Amino acid sequence: MNERALRIALPVFVLAIVLSLWQAVVDGFGIPPYVLPAPGLVFLTLISDGALLWHSLLVTLFTTFEGFLLAAIGGIGLAILFSQSRLIEYSLYPYAVILQVTPIVAIAPLLLIYLPQPLAVLACAWIVAFFPVLANTTLGLSSVDHNLIALFALYKASRWQLLWNLKLPAALPQMLAGLRIAGGLSLIGAVVAEIAAGSAGAGSGLAYRIAESGYRLNIPRMFAALLLLALAGVAIFFALSALSHLALRRWHESAVKREL
Amino acid sequence: MSPRQPIVSLRNVGKTFESGTVALRGLDLEVCDGEFVSLLGPSGCGKSTALRIVAGLSVASEGAVDWLESGQSARIGFVFQEPTLMPWADVASNVRLPLKLAHADETQSRAAVAQTLARVGLADFADAYPRELSGGMKMRASIARALVTEPHLLLMDEPFAALDEITRFKLNNDLLTLWQELARTVIFVTHSVFESVYLSQRIVVMTPRPGRVFADLSIDAPYPRDDAFRTSAEYAGYCRTVSQALSQAMGEAAA
Repeated sequence: MNERALRIALPVFVLAIVLSLWQAVVDGFGIPPYVLPAPGLVFLTLISDGALLWHSLLVTLFTTFEGFLLAAIGGIGLAILFSQSRLIEYSLYPYAVILQVTPIVAIAPLLLIYLPQPLAVLACAWIVAFFPVLANTTLGLSSVDHNLIALFALYKASRWQLLWNLKLPAALPQMLAGLRIAGGLSLIGAVVAEIAAGSAGAGSGLAYRIAESGYRLNIPRMFAALLLLALAGVAIFFALSALSHLALRRWHESAVKREL
Repeated sequence: MSPRQPIVSLRNVGKTFESGTVALRGLDLEVCDGEFVSLLGPSGCGKSTALRIVAGLSVASEGAVDWLESGQSARIGFVFQEPTLMPWADVASNVRLPLKLAHADETQSRAAVAQTLARVGLADFADAYPRELSGGMKMRASIARALVTEPHLLLMDEPFAALDEITRFKLNNDLLTLWQELARTVIFVTHSVFESVYLSQRIVVMTPRPGRVFADLSIDAPYPRDDAFRTSAEYAGYCRTVSQALSQAMGEAAA
């Protein structure tokens, strides 16, 4: 069996073992579904509550996407601004760091007081996701081959030409790495804010469903929603990895196939 | 190229870095139109710094750089020690870069790029990416990029130092052919006595720390030079003379 097939077959095999054990334990000990639902029941719930959960998934995914988009624009934009002016970088960078290191769970309730709920959720998604984009893009923009910069200076390139033709393409690999992290983080941000909002009452995203099902002891639905969130996270990761691969495959070491 | 006028002159040029290192002091150098001049010296003698000052990439702390014609400094091609190609762009786009930065006409640029690539023997590699090329081919692409603007003055900073000897000899020969065809002025920085004698009409031997001109030797062997010259007694003689000058330059610095 080749390497590629193994990488798919082995995790599937592990999943099958874990699921059968889970099912056997629940059946064997007669564990009630409000304590631990069997995987079969979770799957059935996923189908029976399909319409509701699907709607919630779309709400959460839409917030995640918006948060991600704003994080990408904000992170890349700030990084470009920083690369143009040291003064702006020195003035703003510490606050970007503070925003990043303060746990989002602690900020979310406060945002919910000041902002309408959908906006607060979006703000949370943005806050957690923009920093990796900013940090990675800044690193990329500042580690351009100095001889290439000298070359651009020799040909009297304008600031704009230097940015567009040299710095941005050179920073692309790091920028994409930052975006890949941001994708997963904006989902986390959206979920955290929904949970915080859920305790305040209103909401329709997947995380809100989880909180709500918890209060109602509807454990199978909690598992079903959790499963969907995990799948959404995986899908986001793979989509961004594919994007990164497509953008870099012609030239960057990380995307080039080698024999060794 | 008979009436020899200095295209660029360095007068009493000195360079002190922020760290306090004195790289150059009292450097006087004139380079004439159409000449092939090598700056020879041990690493760290400031020859690359001198070249960067001529290119305008570094500013002299003292002294002046005078050009024959004003605006002449704009017509410079520079070849770095590394190929310094943009890895995300194919060879043709890399070579077209100087024209693109100057907002040159697209169609004319394409023609100029094709012609220059053919000159350096890379006509078949226009669509290749730098990582697909060998070290020698990358350097050819780098030279093509420097030549595409038809510069009056070509500055080369130890361009072949990282290449194997076979590739280096081949590129030396091709560089001489290019120089003869295009009749440009070349300032070539190297730490190799053999390379400088093979290529140059004039060798400027520099002292290390601070760098200044120790000796200015002319190599009067006629062009075209080829592998027969490389094995001749005349070549060996020049190499001996230049080596002696170089060790004197280093000895003087040590004393």
